[in-house]
Amino acid sequence: MKISEKWLREWVSPQLTTQELAHQITMAGLEVDAIEPVADMFSGVVVAKILSVEPHPNADKLRVCQVTAGSETVQIVCGAPNARVGLKVPLAQIEAQLPGNFKIKAAKLRGVQSQGMLCAEQELGLSNSSDGLMELASDAPVGTDLRCYLELDDHVVDISVTPNRADCLGISGIAREVGLLNNLAVTEPVVTEALETIADTITVEVQAKECCPRYVARVIKGIDISRSSPQWLQEKLRRCGVRSIDAVVDVTNYLLLELGQPMHAFDLSMLQGAIEVRMAAPDESITLLDGKTVKLSAGTLVIADSNGPLAMAGIMGGQRSAVSGATKDVVLEAAFFAPKPLAGVARSYGLHTDSSHRFERGVDFKLQVHAMERATQMLLELVGGEAGPIQEVVSDSNLPVRPDVVLRAARIEKVLGLSLSVDEVERILCGLGLGVAEINGGWRCTVPSWRFDIAIEADLLEELARVYGYNRLPVTHIHAKLEMQARPEKEVSVRYLRRHLSARGYREAITYSFVDPQLQRVFDPEQAPVALSNPISADMAVMRTSLLPGLVSAVVHNTNRQQSCVRLFETGLRFIPSDSGLRQLPTLAMALTGPRFAESWASPAKDADFFDLKGEVESLLGLTRMSDHFSFDATSRSALHPGQTARITRNGAAVGFVGALHPSVGAGLGLNAPLYVCEIDLTVLLVGEIPKYAELSKFPEVRRDLAIVVDKTVSSSRLMEEVRAAAGTYITDLRLFDVYTGKGIDPKRKSLALGLTFRDQSRTLAEEDVNEAVGQVIDLLEKNYNAELRN
Amino acid sequence: MENLEPLAHQARSAIAAAQDGVTLEQLRVDYLGKKGRLTGLLKGLSTLSSEERPKAGALINVVKQELQELIGERKATLEAAAVEAKLEQEAIDVTLPGRANTVGGVHPVSQTIERMEDFFAAIGFDVVEGPEIEDDYHNFEALNIPAHHPARAMHDTFYVDEHTVLRTHTSPVQVRVMENQEPPLRIICPGRVYRCDSDLTHTPMFHQVEGLLIDQHSSFSDLKGLVEDFLRVFFERDLEVRFRPSYFPFTEPSAEVDIQCVNCGGEGCRVCSQTGWLEVMGCGMVHPKVFESAGIDAEQYSGFAFGMGVERLAMLRYGVNDLRLFFDNDLRFLEQF
Repeated sequence: MKISEKWLREWVSPQLTTQELAHQITMAGLEVDAIEPVADMFSGVVVAKILSVEPHPNADKLRVCQVTAGSETVQIVCGAPNARVGLKVPLAQIEAQLPGNFKIKAAKLRGVQSQGMLCAEQELGLSNSSDGLMELASDAPVGTDLRCYLELDDHVVDISVTPNRADCLGISGIAREVGLLNNLAVTEPVVTEALETIADTITVEVQAKECCPRYVARVIKGIDISRSSPQWLQEKLRRCGVRSIDAVVDVTNYLLLELGQPMHAFDLSMLQGAIEVRMAAPDESITLLDGKTVKLSAGTLVIADSNGPLAMAGIMGGQRSAVSGATKDVVLEAAFFAPKPLAGVARSYGLHTDSSHRFERGVDFKLQVHAMERATQMLLELVGGEAGPIQEVVSDSNLPVRPDVVLRAARIEKVLGLSLSVDEVERILCGLGLGVAEINGGWRCTVPSWRFDIAIEADLLEELARVYGYNRLPVTHIHAKLEMQARPEKEVSVRYLRRHLSARGYREAITYSFVDPQLQRVFDPEQAPVALSNPISADMAVMRTSLLPGLVSAVVHNTNRQQSCVRLFETGLRFIPSDSGLRQLPTLAMALTGPRFAESWASPAKDADFFDLKGEVESLLGLTRMSDHFSFDATSRSALHPGQTARITRNGAAVGFVGALHPSVGAGLGLNAPLYVCEIDLTVLLVGEIPKYAELSKFPEVRRDLAIVVDKTVSSSRLMEEVRAAAGTYITDLRLFDVYTGKGIDPKRKSLALGLTFRDQSRTLAEEDVNEAVGQVIDLLEKNYNAELRN
Repeated sequence: MENLEPLAHQARSAIAAAQDGVTLEQLRVDYLGKKGRLTGLLKGLSTLSSEERPKAGALINVVKQELQELIGERKATLEAAAVEAKLEQEAIDVTLPGRANTVGGVHPVSQTIERMEDFFAAIGFDVVEGPEIEDDYHNFEALNIPAHHPARAMHDTFYVDEHTVLRTHTSPVQVRVMENQEPPLRIICPGRVYRCDSDLTHTPMFHQVEGLLIDQHSSFSDLKGLVEDFLRVFFERDLEVRFRPSYFPFTEPSAEVDIQCVNCGGEGCRVCSQTGWLEVMGCGMVHPKVFESAGIDAEQYSGFAFGMGVERLAMLRYGVNDLRLFFDNDLRFLEQF
């Protein structure tokens, strides 16, 4: 909330600079967000009165005014439309210094002498815009320095009050804190009980007693609403960010700012029958002060009369009963609306007002009569009128209860690590307005009505720490047993995977977990995603079921910025709704596009292909030392190339896929080059095997190479599996070292070159051993694969 | 014998002039071979008298040995020169860049989280992760934030349905740990969190690291010590740190932690909005109601929790001035880390 420093200092004024004061309350938990002077620096501006206004002989829009600033009369040329005889305005005299380093000099405007300048608020840095001269009150003393008159040597202190400290949403509460922090007494304004001079009342019927445990009303008749609020009142409101409306509304706002008690005024002549405080009836609606009509929902507390709702209780008044220029008689309201029932109501209408802000957090429930007296006193002074008796409807059983709280001395030491003297504890607690009685081993405290945040011992510990000063509390180091933690060796960490991929040229990306539903459908049309009920934008509306929409978008972001070589990976959750509940699955995804190697003298300019990315995946699988548990087979998948996609399985269960993006999907995203992507269940990469040593053979190995021609459609991984099985027990390595199609080969066939390595643990293999194994392999290839041996 | 010296002289010159191994070998054959000229002289000794023979034979053998040595030396010289020439031929421009020299990199947010994990792991904190789509209970209720609590408005929550949210902090992970493990506990919970807010200084997703310590004797003073230590090791500077009272429903007392601005050293600048201080984390003693929800005896145990925004700390650490860069995944940005 914004407060005027001067206003606060009327209550309590420590010997501190503005900055020191701001620092002090910040460090007590009332964080000062900003300190701003209420007016920019200016000098030489005085209160002046316009004596005459004549047309300018040479300019339609300018006028020539005779103005007095006390002793002498000066002539000023002025363009403001509201310049009129009798008006009191700020006059910047010759030599005056205005904001923006602007010095006033005598000048001729279109041939007419001007001895200074009449000022608008904007020109004095008092507001950001103005549409004419600043109009001063009619009793403003002519010749007085404007800074003194308006008390402009003041600051607006913007305090961010945390939700638990509703008691500091008024000058009085902040003053209480400042008083305690500086050991100073707080001076409250003297409130004389306004003598009721008339007997007029209005019937108040509180039906919703739990929501409105206390309702205080008073009739005031015969006010003169034409009397505007005095300058000092308008200025105080302005500095706290509140616009002056009329004296009645200004007084209610003044009390909201001063005491934190929201008040409301109804035009008595607009009320029919009794004031009712009740829940909204079905199908009721109300036109609010801001002109908007809203349909009221069942949980809304209203102030109503026999014609229906007058106000949304504690939130905003209605238009029908609003104080207007014609108002003569008013009903003032000061109520305590309970926080819980009111919580969230304003927000459900998209509203948030100064009033709802306070009631939701808790207004002092004993304050209403006092506030009513203070408001009455001010109102009678400002606009006259006669007050009826205070009417109070209270439901004691529904008022908040404030059980005593016991504070144990030992607990201070245990929780805060600090020993405080008895005197200091009592000084702090009493200063906060608590009733403090010493008991065995501590204190029993009674909690004041304005504190909604003190119910348990911890609340008191916080108060002690806060007022004593967090930064004065000791600093210690934690003590704990040094116990060694298990670190399973077979686990592979995500951190290790990151470094592995990074070493292989991939950069980690982090993309949003919510994605565009359309793109999501492209990649995963079968899977309905989790949708957000309040997405931040339409293209971030569903939770990803795959990391690819985000990662591919990141690739596009880069290729759109002239990056041809993009290698990215990401780890994170994907979100899969299922019959057995939502699954949140840790996943790794990668994307690769562009040349295999960065452009270089040393490397051929060749584009990466499917096998580059597959190789990366295989390297990741290798980290588990369980590569042989995984296999790849051809598959098809939405958004991927039907002829270049492999499913990854682990012991037969699908755990991911790797493939080329479907060219038409790529084209739709604006990609010019092929993009290869993969996605794999992260958990299968994180569990491996502990290494187990196998004896090294002392005997030489024998290598045989076979070149064969088989049908193009043959799966090489299957063929290799079968070859290995057929090659007997001596085979130690089998590799596919060449694949050839083209000239010299039937277009429907391909040539494969296999390297078989044999070795035995216990002897040097004989020629016959190897020949037998190779013979079995050739048999298999001829029989099952219709293979021809080349050369 | 009178032609021994001219022959020797001739041979010496020829050896010295030989430019390759083949020529040298030929010279060896020519002079020292079975039919060589020096061998021929030895054969001619038979024509001499028995008194002259031994003397002449010795002279010839001296020359023979000399020529053999000269041929060997010359051979070594030529071989050395050949190696030298080959090496010269093989010289390359070693200043050319190496092959396949590109490396990738780890996202600055991950790097920052990893650093934090290391600091805390070194003093016995376990790293725990949890679900990102959370139920209302773990994200709010169990943390003393009942429905309609004003603090909920501070969280700008993304809802999936009435009872399910995208977690607004990683504190629900702490709740889950408290539900399942007995104190003492020392954990940190890194991860993605979500708030329905997007502008220059907010992204709807960001990362937090939150920590929790519960033990029989842990106090606010311990919390101060731990937080100060962490900030100093994180920024590798002896920073001024201050604790400011604040409010979180799940801790009490609660504090915001400010550090002296790392950009201006506390003088006041754009980064710290002229205040000289930067707010970097929130913390406090675990609220008794949170203990109660988790079934932990608040009389026997006390504890504290702290939480910080990873991007915020990464921005300060590396001087990044736009939060949104972390999620653009622009290579020109990623390559800087």
